[in-house]
Amino acid sequence: MGELAVDKHVQYIVSIDKKKDSFESVVMDHLRMNGAYWGLTTLDLLGKLDSINAGEVVSWTMECQHESGGFSGNIGHDPHILYTLSAVQVLALFNKLDVLDIDKVATYIAGLQNEEGSFSGDMWGEVDTRFSYIAICCLSILRCLDKINVEKAVGYILSCKNLDGGFGCTPGGESHAGQIFCCVGALAITGSLHHVDKDLLGWWLCERQVKSGGLNGRPEKLPDVCYSWWVLSSLIMIDRVHWIDKEKLVKFILDCQDLENGGISDRPDDAVDVFHTYFGVAGLSLLEYPGLKAVDPAYALPVDVINRIFFGR
Amino acid sequence: MESSEEDGGVPLSRMAEWRDVTPLRQDDGPNPVVPITYKEEFRETMDYFRAIYKADERSPRALRLTRRAIHLNPGNYTVWHFRRLVLEALNTDLDEELDFIQRIANSNSKNYQLWHHRRWVIERLGSNARSKELHLIKSILSLDAKNYHAWSHRQWVLQALGGWEDELDYCRQLLEQDIFNNSAWNQRYFVVTRSPFLGGLPAMRASEVRYSVEAIVVNPNNECPWRYLRGLYKDDIESLVNDREILSICLKVINTKSDYIFALKMLLDLLCYGFQPSQELRDAVVALWTSDTRPLDADLATAICDILEHVDSLRASYWIWRKNKLRIAA
Repeated sequence: MGELAVDKHVQYIVSIDKKKDSFESVVMDHLRMNGAYWGLTTLDLLGKLDSINAGEVVSWTMECQHESGGFSGNIGHDPHILYTLSAVQVLALFNKLDVLDIDKVATYIAGLQNEEGSFSGDMWGEVDTRFSYIAICCLSILRCLDKINVEKAVGYILSCKNLDGGFGCTPGGESHAGQIFCCVGALAITGSLHHVDKDLLGWWLCERQVKSGGLNGRPEKLPDVCYSWWVLSSLIMIDRVHWIDKEKLVKFILDCQDLENGGISDRPDDAVDVFHTYFGVAGLSLLEYPGLKAVDPAYALPVDVINRIFFGR
Repeated sequence: MESSEEDGGVPLSRMAEWRDVTPLRQDDGPNPVVPITYKEEFRETMDYFRAIYKADERSPRALRLTRRAIHLNPGNYTVWHFRRLVLEALNTDLDEELDFIQRIANSNSKNYQLWHHRRWVIERLGSNARSKELHLIKSILSLDAKNYHAWSHRQWVLQALGGWEDELDYCRQLLEQDIFNNSAWNQRYFVVTRSPFLGGLPAMRASEVRYSVEAIVVNPNNECPWRYLRGLYKDDIESLVNDREILSICLKVINTKSDYIFALKMLLDLLCYGFQPSQELRDAVVALWTSDTRPLDADLATAICDILEHVDSLRASYWIWRKNKLRIAA
């Protein structure tokens, strides 16, 4: 079996941050907040968060906050729930949640809850269970879940449960590992996992593993490293992770590395990006690959960060 | 992403129309080392966009500018937002907007912003837009029949605007092209359970069981129809256990001695639900066991778990767990 090229991946992530004017960077400009979360969390899991200037990141993050309390993907963009969670997660990594006006952020998120319990992404009203997870995860980190109607939020998520035990983006939507992670994560955080048929869902999830050892996100689709996170974290949250072949999955993830330039891709020999680098490393952490910090499957942050938030200093 | 189709790619700085605007640079870092032409076009467009956005100018030229920016970077959600503000302010013909989205949909079919913008437009156009919309989604699905965004949007259109009449047949067509298309199976279930024209699940169950069984006959290793079958019985376990067609297909597949994993799993589930197996079924399962060193367990459910642990070794832990659960239940 190969090895995790830690130094190469650290170099890759640090270089993305420096190449702010590269074409790729300019094109991904609007989701830089997500990119920051993926890159920084990866660095922390690799034990190298100090490779980045915390002060610069924190002040840039706060510049992305709008009057409404929400955060945008970058300076000069509109706020959205997606980037609000990433911003809060980034601040949590650096133990800087105290720079936030928590009430302001919580009000923004609570304002996005709809009548039937679902959440919109922003003022334009797109609804998706991804946003339910984001709202619940974010408010939980900020210790103010009581700002939303949790019961209705859970009710909406459950209305998206399908007969195969999985969850879709909206009621009737096809079960998809990414959506399942969001729903199971939200249910875990709100203490509502008893609504999940863990055996049924666990079997659907372990059926995602294909011969190569990788995981796909839906039946009859190709494996992709990012599902190493979404499927795996879901399995862990419902306590069924022993149902997949861990060794084969580790090998698949390691095969997706670019050993020369650093970074991880969706499947072997494809181009790398920070998104898949994060999910590959986080997946390996869940698989207890040596030398990595433990990651929390529901909050998608290092366990020590979560402990710091919930159990104080 | 493609170079702008509009204006023949002429730099904005050379257009009389934009003379009064000072473009705003992204205040971010040193100049790039190797800028190439179309990257310059992109950078310039975004600089002008930033100026217009900051000034909150909701004019016809702003509309044109957002179109140019979207062509160059359709992932930029702020540009889409602003475009909506401009469309509202100008009270623009939204049918034309549909045409615009349609032109870029093919190369941006997995873009959340595009689909959401489309929905926003359709919400304003109402049911007149229905058939055009269902048609567009079909064309996207003809390029990628599993596009999650397209399916999600299609479900929304059906529920908001109708058009259920042909949907089951559309699922059938897609499944004829690819019987492994899980999205089409999911849509089938969606239609069967929600269409106001079909009478609901109980009315449709028998024909849907037959449909699934036919699919299984052709590809017993296809996950989809097996899950679909189980779904047809939802909470009605008694009917599931008593369905002769399901038992028959399990036996048929097991007897072929190939691609029988899902068949065995279904049989295992039925046994756990209280199904009493015939001798014929027992014999068929026993015939699968090829080990000389170890006889098959006398209990059929346990025997099935042992076989599956062996032939579906990737999920050995799952099958061992199922076996242990049998002991606890006993």
